[in-house]
Amino acid sequence: MHTDLITFLLHMGDNTLILSQRNSEWCGHGPVLEQDIALTNIALDLLGQTRNFYQYAASLSGDGTTEDSLAYLRTVREYYNCLLVEQPNGDWGQTILRQFLFSAYQYPLYEKLKVHPDDTIAAIAAKALKEVTYHLRWSSEWVVRLGDGTPESHSRMIKALDNLWPYTGELFDPASYEQIAAIDSAILKTAWLDRVTAVLAEATLPLPGQTFMQSGGKKGLHSEHLDYLLAELQYLQRTYPGNEW
Amino acid sequence: MAPIYNNDTIQAIREILKDVCDPEIPVLTITDLGILRDIRLHDDTIEVIITPTYTGCPAMDTIAMEIRMALLEKGYPKVKVTSVLSPAWTTDWMSTAGKQKLKQYGIAPPDSRMAIPEDGVECPQCHTNHTRLLSAFGSTACKALYQCNDCLEPFDYFKCH
Repeated sequence: MHTDLITFLLHMGDNTLILSQRNSEWCGHGPVLEQDIALTNIALDLLGQTRNFYQYAASLSGDGTTEDSLAYLRTVREYYNCLLVEQPNGDWGQTILRQFLFSAYQYPLYEKLKVHPDDTIAAIAAKALKEVTYHLRWSSEWVVRLGDGTPESHSRMIKALDNLWPYTGELFDPASYEQIAAIDSAILKTAWLDRVTAVLAEATLPLPGQTFMQSGGKKGLHSEHLDYLLAELQYLQRTYPGNEW
Repeated sequence: MAPIYNNDTIQAIREILKDVCDPEIPVLTITDLGILRDIRLHDDTIEVIITPTYTGCPAMDTIAMEIRMALLEKGYPKVKVTSVLSPAWTTDWMSTAGKQKLKQYGIAPPDSRMAIPEDGVECPQCHTNHTRLLSAFGSTACKALYQCNDCLEPFDYFKCH
């Protein structure tokens, strides 16, 4: 049984690991080389954040758990990431929008966590905040470019919003272990919504109205997409246990 | 028998570590980059404290290994490399000599005015400021891609971080 602190760290690291894995699926497939590199750079930053959260969680476990065993040897129900990050890449527009919605959430979250009483959490957040600033800037620019672009790109962004919006509610519906963060989710939601509203307005995209919000990921109840993602992510260690480079 | 360290040990180690370079930007040493934070002596173990530039920087594992190798070669077998995150690394810690070396190597050094300027970063080839941003992300996490409008040469810029 994990303590709330460990589960919270896993949740934080799972969010960044799964989004990192999704973004890396674009490696070699981006629309132009610069943007392929941008997305894989973001994937690398997210992987770095994951390692920090997992290393801290592993050090607290004290039962032989390592950052690698956390990434490669847990089953789908033992992952605590939100549903948003595991959604399939879809087209470039959906990938961009998913990154933007998540970066806009990470930014105020890390801003609060960088003054967390736990020194390690505060240090990870302060470090990561610098990186998230780039991610948010880059993804915001792309949302504007595609939303306020051609009729084709505009309609694709509307479709991406329809697809992803139902997964944004979960971000502000705290799981029990998130009490560790000691952040008022209503304040976080306001900061997120202000940012999202401003960028969507500039992108000439409508802010989606009230809709049914999906949830479950933070409790380990995932969409079927995560099974396929983990099958690929964990393939090597599952097939050749303990194998090293 | 455990080696005996004295007050000169830290200075000697600092000298050895002056030759450890970043594997991605081999003209810069870890001292130039401001990655080397501290050296501590515990009984028979030397602890070298480093800090990552970016959390996901894959060069950090290589740098830690190179630190151990460099010290092993000079007769310091027991070395522990610790990575600390706080305070978070900033390009302000890069030495003036380091910035100069970067420029000569063809990478524009960090510009303290802003993280990623839209234009105006000095071209390391022809030294004009008539340049533009191509991409906020470059060949490694710490760099962005620019192009010179005069000599047309694309170049890396070390992001102010």
